[in-house]
Amino acid sequence: MASKQHQKTAIPFWRDERTLQLLGQAAFAAVVLFFAYILIQNMVNGLQRQGTTLGLTFLRGTAGFDIAEFSIEYSRSSTYLQAFLVGLLNTLQVSAIGILLSTILGVILGVARLSANVLVRGLAAAYLELMRNLSLLVFLIFWYLAVFLKLPRVAEAVIWPGQIHLTNRGVGLPWGLPTETFETYKLILLAGLVAAAIVAIVLYSIGKRTGKPPLTVLWTLLTFLAVAVVGWFALPAAPLTLDFPSVQGLNMAGGKVVTPEFMALLSGLVLYTAAFIGEVVRAGLQAVSKGQVEAARAIGLTGFQTLRLVVFPQAMRVIVPPLTSQYLNLTKNSSLAIAVGYPDMFYVSNTILNQSGRAVEMIALVMLTYLTFSLVTSAFMNWYNQRTQLVER
Amino acid sequence: MSETVLPPLTERLTPLRWAYKNLFSTWYNALLTIGAGALIFWVLRGVLFWALDTAEWRVVVVNLRLLLLGQFPIAEVWRVWLGLALLALLVGNSLGIWGRKARGAGRVTIGLLVLLAALAIVTRDNPRLWLLGMAGLVGLGWYVGRSAGKAVERVVIAGWIIWPPVFILLLRGLSSASDVLPVVGTNLWGGLLLTLLLTIVGIVFSFPLGVLLALGRRSALPIVRWFSVAYIELIRGVPLITILFMAQLMLPLFLPAGMNIDRVLRAMVAITLFSAAYLAENVRGGLQAIPKGQYEAAYAMGLNGMQAMGLIILPQALRLVIPILVGQFIALFKDTALVSIVGLMDLVGIGKTVLAQPEFLGLQREVYAFISMLYWVLSYAMAYVSQRLEISLGVGER
Repeated sequence: MASKQHQKTAIPFWRDERTLQLLGQAAFAAVVLFFAYILIQNMVNGLQRQGTTLGLTFLRGTAGFDIAEFSIEYSRSSTYLQAFLVGLLNTLQVSAIGILLSTILGVILGVARLSANVLVRGLAAAYLELMRNLSLLVFLIFWYLAVFLKLPRVAEAVIWPGQIHLTNRGVGLPWGLPTETFETYKLILLAGLVAAAIVAIVLYSIGKRTGKPPLTVLWTLLTFLAVAVVGWFALPAAPLTLDFPSVQGLNMAGGKVVTPEFMALLSGLVLYTAAFIGEVVRAGLQAVSKGQVEAARAIGLTGFQTLRLVVFPQAMRVIVPPLTSQYLNLTKNSSLAIAVGYPDMFYVSNTILNQSGRAVEMIALVMLTYLTFSLVTSAFMNWYNQRTQLVER
Repeated sequence: MSETVLPPLTERLTPLRWAYKNLFSTWYNALLTIGAGALIFWVLRGVLFWALDTAEWRVVVVNLRLLLLGQFPIAEVWRVWLGLALLALLVGNSLGIWGRKARGAGRVTIGLLVLLAALAIVTRDNPRLWLLGMAGLVGLGWYVGRSAGKAVERVVIAGWIIWPPVFILLLRGLSSASDVLPVVGTNLWGGLLLTLLLTIVGIVFSFPLGVLLALGRRSALPIVRWFSVAYIELIRGVPLITILFMAQLMLPLFLPAGMNIDRVLRAMVAITLFSAAYLAENVRGGLQAIPKGQYEAAYAMGLNGMQAMGLIILPQALRLVIPILVGQFIALFKDTALVSIVGLMDLVGIGKTVLAQPEFLGLQREVYAFISMLYWVLSYAMAYVSQRLEISLGVGER
């Protein structure tokens, strides 16, 4: 009797939500797989018509093209793989320098937006409004074609203080040349790093134990600097000599010549990203409520202590996540290097693609590399968020 | 019993006092003022000198039609104008209907009319007539919207929905044999027109796709959720230029032999797929901000899942994220410039061909300054209108 009643009220399987969900998912998966199958089948057929198969062995082939800028050994006879690595290193180089410079400029802009001075505040706001509505690609092309390539020829170089040569062949900067003591100096710097790390750990643990955090960052930096400076003068000869660029005939000699391509990409990316970083910094500083500052002052902290122990840590919690995504944006945007001819990873990969005809592999390789950057960044962000999350009731 | 509450006392400053307080309150503030003032003076002087004196704007004036329309046949330009005229009517109508509540709408309407009139003054012949006609349509639409109000609201909404396909159909034409609307191949679309078309198509298609992906990411069905997450994270992890290259180089491989997709269409697909992932994340932010009570209330009223989502949750979630969505659309507009790298003749691409004319060699500054200005003005206008829209919809208020 009971079982019969149960049967009566039981939901038929075609109206049971669980079965419906399962069926829906199965249908969805079937559709996705079906399309994926068709696409892959088409691709395999297409590749067969072209007489090629998928595979990465072609990367061992000879590249046969020149790359204008390389930081590891590279020549025409190097392999495709080496060419790709050169591009990857160039991407990392321009991104790293770009991130450093845009952070500095962005912090200045963010603080300027909160300045008590009307003119400074207005200037920062106008800068943001100008940058935010520009197309980055057009901006980059403008820097390349309309600024750096329009500089005077080498013979008529504009020379800025500090022997900085501005020419249409590139910007000549003074550069340190290593002398014979440089190798020893490297070891000294390494020792300085170790010493700084020890100081940092000791001070951090003191702070944990006593609850009175010492100026860890300051002392760590000072330790490193002290070792570096003492080492420099302790060596029989200075480890680096300053080499100034100079005009010799039609070319520049000495110093370090930075190409117009690199300069254009870097200045475009930095000026553009800095505007967005400025907004991130401003939002972070404004997110710390006034009551926090007042409370800190009320318990007797000094202005600097308030900033260091109360405002800064709270602002960082708001700033870091969007800041990292801006860094990631800068890195991804560096792929626009192709428009100004700087051989970054994407540009080099495109050349490899054209030479070898391996479209699928190269695009997959480039995408995977960018995806790795992105995943590493989000892994860091999750870790940071977890560490700094507010502990709520 | 009622008491008038007076506003707090405000300090009335004399100009001198104001300048002292805001510019020279401390010695470093004074230094900053002088530094910033010098910077502003130096930049402005340089830019104005160049723009008014050195620059040869003739390159832009001569090539204006090329920059705006690309190689669109002269005989068929009326189609573009007709599309824009329909848009003007819709805009005027909308301003009339919904402008009553918004404070800035009157300003926007007048600004639009002034802009059209100013453009009509500097142009001649047909463009002038079209521009005057558009100004008239804005005015007419405004009047109709104002007086008819609610009665035409549905018609106008429908108009907004069918305008994009109608515009594209107008440009593309019906068939190559037809005398009325002969086909204009997409290879002839170019300049600002192509940039705007890529933007419109990108917005129209990526928006629903983005909403679907956002819903998919929050779905209770694991397979749907995994698929959405994988898609969103994959696309957001790579630069747009790789997607565009993929569409140009790999898409032909994925299609059956003999099937060929037009290059402009490929770029549109790439931009849509790219933008959808970003929109999905924005919409998800809105969905997450809706309190659980809203779902529970919707179910308690007997709505099913689809109804609860479509009638209760989504309208609120989307309203919350309007500013972010518009920001994303502006980013999409600016990103369309990348199609010039894969060889399309959009604003930037056509700029390159203009600079290749032997007559205008070496005028990169003028051409790119003009292109940047177009991007800037249009982005700024979008941002401004969206701010007004936010105020009139009361985003952030209840």
